[in-house]
Amino acid sequence: MSSELATAAPTIQRRFPPVAELTICSLALVVIGGILLASYAPRRPPLGVPTALAVISAALLLTSAYLLSRLQMFAWERFFLVFRWALLAYVISAGMIGFAFIHDHTRGAPLFLLVVMLVIFALDVPLIIAFTVARYSSPPHSAS
Amino acid sequence: MAVSCRQRVMAAVVVFVIVSIAGNWLWALTFCHVVGGALWTAIDLFVGLIIGPILGRLSIAARAEFAARFMPKMVLLMPTLVLMTLAAGFQLALKEGNLAPSNPNHAWLIVSYCVVGVMAVIALGVLEPANSAVLVEMRKSRPDGAVIALLMRRFLYTAGITGLMQVATLIIMTRVATQ
Repeated sequence: MSSELATAAPTIQRRFPPVAELTICSLALVVIGGILLASYAPRRPPLGVPTALAVISAALLLTSAYLLSRLQMFAWERFFLVFRWALLAYVISAGMIGFAFIHDHTRGAPLFLLVVMLVIFALDVPLIIAFTVARYSSPPHSAS
Repeated sequence: MAVSCRQRVMAAVVVFVIVSIAGNWLWALTFCHVVGGALWTAIDLFVGLIIGPILGRLSIAARAEFAARFMPKMVLLMPTLVLMTLAAGFQLALKEGNLAPSNPNHAWLIVSYCVVGVMAVIALGVLEPANSAVLVEMRKSRPDGAVIALLMRRFLYTAGITGLMQVATLIIMTRVATQ
């Protein structure tokens, strides 16, 4: 195997916009929001702070998607291949968390906020995984 | 895409957890939480504190060869164990009344949420992407040794951090079980 290893490593020298960093921050915010919601169970939680966290998290996710969409000479095919499978896995994870809360009689606005957070969660993780995989499969230098 | 035996086992575990939650089945919830948590903690500690430092001293080629066999198992196993432990644990805490504000375990459980939250961000935001990228790199006809070394270094540091955080989980959970 060692003979197959490439020695030159220009791929890791290419600079990318902070897509992974922004998405990790977005993920951290929904996790904090989720902890706040779960810490009140089975009572009805106050929604102000979790809503603010979800909004900021969604904004970070959108910013990171925008930065990603502007990338040139990026391994898009590999990105979407990984994104699809990771999305399937994390939709199942998010669905299971949502199921547990619905089963525990979470209803109305808290349930809506929880679903929004789970959607962000289910998009954040596949985006980070797919971006990390694709960045190391991309050409060393972008055309831009 | 063919479904492997390992994937079938993981799918069966997820279905078992869903059925346990739906049926509020105390034994099954306890089983899922204890078995999942024990495996999660033990694997994290073993990988972070024993395998990690050993791997860090191996050559890039040896690390790459190890990663090619190790990562496919971890990518499937760890998220399943985490899901099993957390989903069953939350349900168990609700069922046992541990989440009521008057319960002495309430504060401990909130602390455990925070510990798990930090571990989740590290695992999902750093560890899992690094595992997946190593896997894809290894499947290339000419894997890039520098990329694998970089990603494995990230894997080793984060596995060490989550391993140490598992010690905090052990303290909290033994406290909860004995109050």
